[in-house]
Amino acid sequence: MAETAVTLPSPDKRPWLEVGTFLTRYGSWLALALLILVNLAITPNFATWQTLNVNLTQVCTIVIVGVGMTLVIATGGIDLSVGALMAIAGALAPLIFLGKLFPLPHPLVGIALAFVIPLIATALLGLFNGWLITHLRIQPIIATLVLFIAGRGIAQVFTNGNLQVFNLPEFQFIGLGRLFGIPFQAILMVIIVVTVAWVLRRTVFGREVLAIGGNERAARLAGIPVASVKQRVYLISGVLSGLAGLIVIARNSAADANLVGLGMELDAIAAVAVGGTLLTGGRASVIGTLVGALIIQLVRYTLLANGVPDAAALVAKAAIIVLAVWLQRQNYR
Amino acid sequence: MAPLLHMHGISKHFAGIPALREAEFIVEKGEVHALIGQNGAGKSTLIKLLTGYYRRDAGEIVFDGRQVTFTSPQEAQGAGISTIYQEINLVPYRSVTENICLGREKRRFGLLDWPAMHQEAKALLARFRITIDVRRPLMAFPTAVQQMIAIARAIGFDAKLVIMDEPTSSLDEREVEVLFSVIRQLKGAGVSVIFVSHKLDELYAVCDRVTIMRDGRTVQTAPMSSISRLDLVTTMLGRELTQALQERPSPQPESETAPPALAVSHLVIGQKVRDVSFSVRPGEIVGLAGLLGAGRTETVRAVFGADRSDGGQVTFAGKQNAIGSPADAIRAGMGFCSEDRKLEGIIPDMSVRENLTLALLPQLARHGIVDEERSRAIVDRFIQRLGIRCSGPEQRIRELSGGNQQKVLLARWLCMNPKLLILDEPTRGIDVGAKAEILHLIRELAGQGLGVLMISSELEEVVEAASRIFVLRDGRTVAELEGDSLTEQSVMTAMAHGSGNERETAHG
Repeated sequence: MAETAVTLPSPDKRPWLEVGTFLTRYGSWLALALLILVNLAITPNFATWQTLNVNLTQVCTIVIVGVGMTLVIATGGIDLSVGALMAIAGALAPLIFLGKLFPLPHPLVGIALAFVIPLIATALLGLFNGWLITHLRIQPIIATLVLFIAGRGIAQVFTNGNLQVFNLPEFQFIGLGRLFGIPFQAILMVIIVVTVAWVLRRTVFGREVLAIGGNERAARLAGIPVASVKQRVYLISGVLSGLAGLIVIARNSAADANLVGLGMELDAIAAVAVGGTLLTGGRASVIGTLVGALIIQLVRYTLLANGVPDAAALVAKAAIIVLAVWLQRQNYR
Repeated sequence: MAPLLHMHGISKHFAGIPALREAEFIVEKGEVHALIGQNGAGKSTLIKLLTGYYRRDAGEIVFDGRQVTFTSPQEAQGAGISTIYQEINLVPYRSVTENICLGREKRRFGLLDWPAMHQEAKALLARFRITIDVRRPLMAFPTAVQQMIAIARAIGFDAKLVIMDEPTSSLDEREVEVLFSVIRQLKGAGVSVIFVSHKLDELYAVCDRVTIMRDGRTVQTAPMSSISRLDLVTTMLGRELTQALQERPSPQPESETAPPALAVSHLVIGQKVRDVSFSVRPGEIVGLAGLLGAGRTETVRAVFGADRSDGGQVTFAGKQNAIGSPADAIRAGMGFCSEDRKLEGIIPDMSVRENLTLALLPQLARHGIVDEERSRAIVDRFIQRLGIRCSGPEQRIRELSGGNQQKVLLARWLCMNPKLLILDEPTRGIDVGAKAEILHLIRELAGQGLGVLMISSELEEVVEAASRIFVLRDGRTVAELEGDSLTEQSVMTAMAHGSGNERETAHG
């Protein structure tokens, strides 16, 4: 038999494929840049501190909760309880600094405890989520549904369903204060984003989170303490939710257990999804979550600032989510 | 009389690799014909060619007197070839009639013709001597009856040939009896059955003839009563009785006296492992041999702490029963490559570097921060040492070939400098070249004092690599073979019968 030289057809590089790869990788940045450009062109008074501050304060709590959600989703889980945990933290803090739970030796002690106790409480509730998932082996979506349902009820029991109004600048600094003219909550957000992004990239914990999301059985056989890592992830999500709850009530000078953090779980998940984190786990981008939240916020702002009603803005938000997730899917076919 | 089915000169390639080479398969009318062979011998391919699931490259199929080429399982079913799957999917809340007639309902004036359907269901079940009220919901009947109903549905009225591919793997003993009585009734009605199973007892209980497959060929067809278990196993695994003794590196003198790195005695895990004992000395390669379901994988998983055991002692590095999780095992100096690389080995989205250093992470970190420089140095060293072919340490592992993925997983353990490495099917799904490289590497490592515990379905491979082999059968250690008594023949004898010169294992 004669040997025939076969020239393999070189895989033709279709230009649209390259564009697709580029879009999936940098699409969210591109969209953000585009949105800013569009706004600079059409929205009056867009390039002002005022606008920046408004948008940053709107997006802060979503990003802070979204960072915790990113870690949870990176392990292949989900946390529906974040909004309810915000309400619990938001209900607890005023009870403490108003001295309704126990007498305060000094107002400053009350303020300190008003930060510490709610965060410990939400940390423990996050740990409870993790415990349900790792020890009772309940699906994350069901396990965190428990506190999604019960959490807001708990917050209402604390406050008898009353609106708590207060005026306490030392406490409210977290929501209203400014450093060098920048809202303190925005600084807090940036610190959290940078820290967690670094943790995910450089630490053993970060690597373990991604390994579990990537292949849980393989991770376990490689000696990774799967249960403990998962519990820590839900704990972190709980703490960050608590923090977001405190920011919200500080901003509003009031705590309403019915409203604090309402619908936050979906906003956070949307930000994570738009930011390019795989909902099946194993790949995550905290910076992406920040960008995702900014995109969603900016679209809403653009529409509102140009006279489109909020109801229509919600439809636009949904459309962005679909578009973003569809774009990311292109990589995994 | 012409046979019901004659498959002649059947060949099939997948991506250039032959799966079937001129296979011959003849099934007579009204016989129960066993089809056996190791994994990858070509049984499933042969059956899927027959039922139109695949298309053959060469050969011809004569079924019921005419030459056929089915293009889909539906077409084969229409011609009278029914396949029964392991899972039985019926609707428990609906009546027996509805279940039987699902998808082929009788209609009259656009409405369901219930009397006709009940009649048909009754008549069909009568063929299997089941007389029940077909209007009652399926769940009202015992599981065994439900099973029969499912089989009856699959076979219908027109089946001339019924294929059962490992039908008993999910059944308990009573249900197996029910199935066997169905098979006998089918046979009585002149229907032929092809029965695929790994369980020798079942083959002898119900089959008339057997065809043995190996490496894509049908190597022997014989009446069940004329072939001994040993011949069956020997033919299946492909070694002749006259096989010469293998030259084998004799165990190093120091390891003969050294205390075992791992000693397992009287291990029990549920129903699968009843009494398993063995030991591995430093610098020694020990094989665990046995047929599918003998309890090999269950045993090593329990040793590594991946699954719980229910009794017995596992002594590793001088400590007894100290391993409760893979993390414990790794800390004590054990590594484990699972048999399923994809499901339990690689993290597909992670890089070669991240996969390779996964188990080493705790040691690579200072205050929880990964020392990337050290990690890179280690990864570079192992890529070079094991000859891992990748574009670089940052390439995603899913893009590598099976053999190179396996090398990364070996490196995952080797970089920890373990005392014992457990390898469950280390060469499965790997091309021949990489296979040889990996086996060579394992031997080299043992030469440096690493204890290796190895499972492989390729008997030739274990017998060649191991200096001692423990044979498992039905969850028990039935033989320990070493030195001159360790031949493929002796291993196969022990796998088939237990061992004539059965020895108690002395260790532990």
